[in-house]
Amino acid sequence: MTVIPEEKSVEAIVAQESVAATAKRGLTSPWASLAAVVIAVLWTIPTFGLLVTSFRPESEITRSGWWTTLWNWDFTLDNYDEVLNGSTTNLATYFLNSVVITIPSVLIPISIATMAAYAFAWMKFPGRDFLFVAIFALQIVPIQVTMIPLLKLYVQPPFNLQPLAGSDAPGGGLYTIWLSHAIFALPLAIYLLHNFMSQIPGELIESARVDGAGHVQIFTKIMLPLMAPAIAAFGIFQFLWVWNDLLVALVFGSNPEIAPLTVRLAELSGTRGQDWYLLSAGAFVSLVVPLVVFLALQRYFVRGLLAGSVKG
Amino acid sequence: MRSLKRSGLAGAAVLLAASAALAGCADDSENDGGGSAGGTAPGDGKAECEGMTEWGDLTGRDVTVYTSIVAPEDQPHIDSWKVFEDCTGADVKYEGSKEFEAQLQVRVQAGNPPDIAYIPQPGLLQTLVGTGKVVEAPEGVSENVDEFFGEDWKGYGSVDDTFYAAPLGANVKSFVWYSPKMFADNGWEIPETWDDMMALTEEIAQAGDIKPWCAGIESGEATGWPATDWLEDVLLRTGGPDVYDQWVNHEIPFNDDAVVEGLDTVGEILKNEDYVNGGIGDVKSIATTPFQEGGLPILDGECALHRMASFYAANWPEGTDVSQNGDAFAFYLPPIGDEFGSPVLGGGEFVAAFSDAPEVQAFQTFLSSDTWANEKAKATPGGGWVSANTGLEISNLSSPIDQLSAEIFQDPDAVFRFDGSDQMPGAVGAGSFWTEMTAWIAQGQSTEDSLTKIEESWED
Repeated sequence: MTVIPEEKSVEAIVAQESVAATAKRGLTSPWASLAAVVIAVLWTIPTFGLLVTSFRPESEITRSGWWTTLWNWDFTLDNYDEVLNGSTTNLATYFLNSVVITIPSVLIPISIATMAAYAFAWMKFPGRDFLFVAIFALQIVPIQVTMIPLLKLYVQPPFNLQPLAGSDAPGGGLYTIWLSHAIFALPLAIYLLHNFMSQIPGELIESARVDGAGHVQIFTKIMLPLMAPAIAAFGIFQFLWVWNDLLVALVFGSNPEIAPLTVRLAELSGTRGQDWYLLSAGAFVSLVVPLVVFLALQRYFVRGLLAGSVKG
Repeated sequence: MRSLKRSGLAGAAVLLAASAALAGCADDSENDGGGSAGGTAPGDGKAECEGMTEWGDLTGRDVTVYTSIVAPEDQPHIDSWKVFEDCTGADVKYEGSKEFEAQLQVRVQAGNPPDIAYIPQPGLLQTLVGTGKVVEAPEGVSENVDEFFGEDWKGYGSVDDTFYAAPLGANVKSFVWYSPKMFADNGWEIPETWDDMMALTEEIAQAGDIKPWCAGIESGEATGWPATDWLEDVLLRTGGPDVYDQWVNHEIPFNDDAVVEGLDTVGEILKNEDYVNGGIGDVKSIATTPFQEGGLPILDGECALHRMASFYAANWPEGTDVSQNGDAFAFYLPPIGDEFGSPVLGGGEFVAAFSDAPEVQAFQTFLSSDTWANEKAKATPGGGWVSANTGLEISNLSSPIDQLSAEIFQDPDAVFRFDGSDQMPGAVGAGSFWTEMTAWIAQGQSTEDSLTKIEESWED
């Protein structure tokens, strides 16, 4: 092979180049790649420093920066040992609490929201638009504002209902956390799923009606399978939100026996902050589950983000 | 449409059924405030249960305790109640949170308060009493406090002359940390007066090897608080306890001449480039050094003196020998002149109750007794806890620094004053006081300017 035919073939390709290919070539210039790499490295350095710090002994963390490990090679697993076993309550308990809190807090709003979204999209009833706008408007209310009134309702519910919070709360107070997460998630969930659901072609539903299907059959046989990506996307959102939540768990879960992982991490640095060197290790322990969930399901993320919002 | 109507009706029926079921579960909570629960306590007649059995049988009753003390300091507290639980049958449930101050107010406002809360600031106690939910301390607690604590302590647990909260733990802030080994090697003596301390400071600075003092006031959003402690401690010595009380209660302006004199006295150390910041840098580095690290240069022999509270003992790295002849120890910040005795600046927690049920009153009374103080001391083998309770046997405390703190609290000449910034309104005590003291150090802002700005931020 000589050099000349190769040049010719390149020219031939250039001649046939489409717009997309031009864009691709423009974006994949070596300079752009270099810039991307530099930015990626710059952005990763603090996280990397945190990772290095989490393996350094306490005396080193408090006295020198993580970069000094280059000439001062001293690593230990003590920090992780302290984070995992340092508390009187096993970390596995907090982990389990997080799971027990998260799963219903994801399933409850999803199941209610898909049904509500169906009703708003495909059922005609008086006041439908008004109700939908009202639910959408609820998203504007910041959750911090609702906390004390909501907690009051749980403690002293009207009509002599069973109090859900307080000293002898049923289920150790888990109901209040599940309910609160569900309440805070519903407006956005209904809105997102409604927009997705209303895009499904009406002919599909019409034909199902002609074949004699009722609302329940249409919902379970047609809507749910078509909705799977949107439901999955919202499920991930809600999972990450609940898993990382500290505020709701602190305000509504007034029982230390049901405290999730985030509560333990918040207490990690000790009463007067003297154990702050543990925080880097704690950060990595808490990062594991959301990271796994995100990596495993990230393709739904983008798909779900595009569903509903733009074309709605 | 017809099917819709039917499902709507069905939904309503389900809701009704559910609410009826829930309503059926709601029981009328028993409300037996004060007095005895009846029956005989499990520990009745046992010697160690003296004073705990008069409330009767408390078996099956819970007392919830909410505090700002988290792991690992929570376990000694839980252990110290074992005697109480065995003697009365009550079950004490502990919950600690670093978000205690905000969360307690949320829970109180929502009508879901704990039975007992350990309140670390008299200012917060006032706020809570203002909500009307705090229950007055029972007779037994009041008697215990009269017997075991100084009058000043009882005053800090009272609001408008009504006594609510008994003191619990305490810490001494009037401490100067130093290295006994370094002092012995150089032939330095522990100063007994302020002049001696300044002479020693000058001697160390003249020798030129190290700067004598080190400090750090960075503490996240609370940056500046160690500097407020400096001013409070020195003002107690230059102006005396009466001026200090007037200043804390805003009966004299924040920028009164006495306070200016106090802060200038602090500035003689903290703003003198020859004296600070040993092992760390210049004067400005005080503002950027985390308070947890401010005293660590002492271990490296790069700094000789560090003024910080007794709880700094927990900040020395593991393996540091904290004792009279060890790597680190503390001496009492000496008085200036002998006009005002031995002023002690400190802090502590107070036990406020939100319920007057017998098990809560029994627990409150137990916590204010000398029995609990000694149980707590024995349950804290690692040290780091002390109480101003004069019934506390000093020999029960395990660490030398705790023993020294207890000696200071029990000294009849000691004049105790609570940390002033904890008693001021939040906008000042946890706001402008911190930021202006930081500016005083970091930006070289003058003493008068700093104090005047704080005065202006104080709205009565």
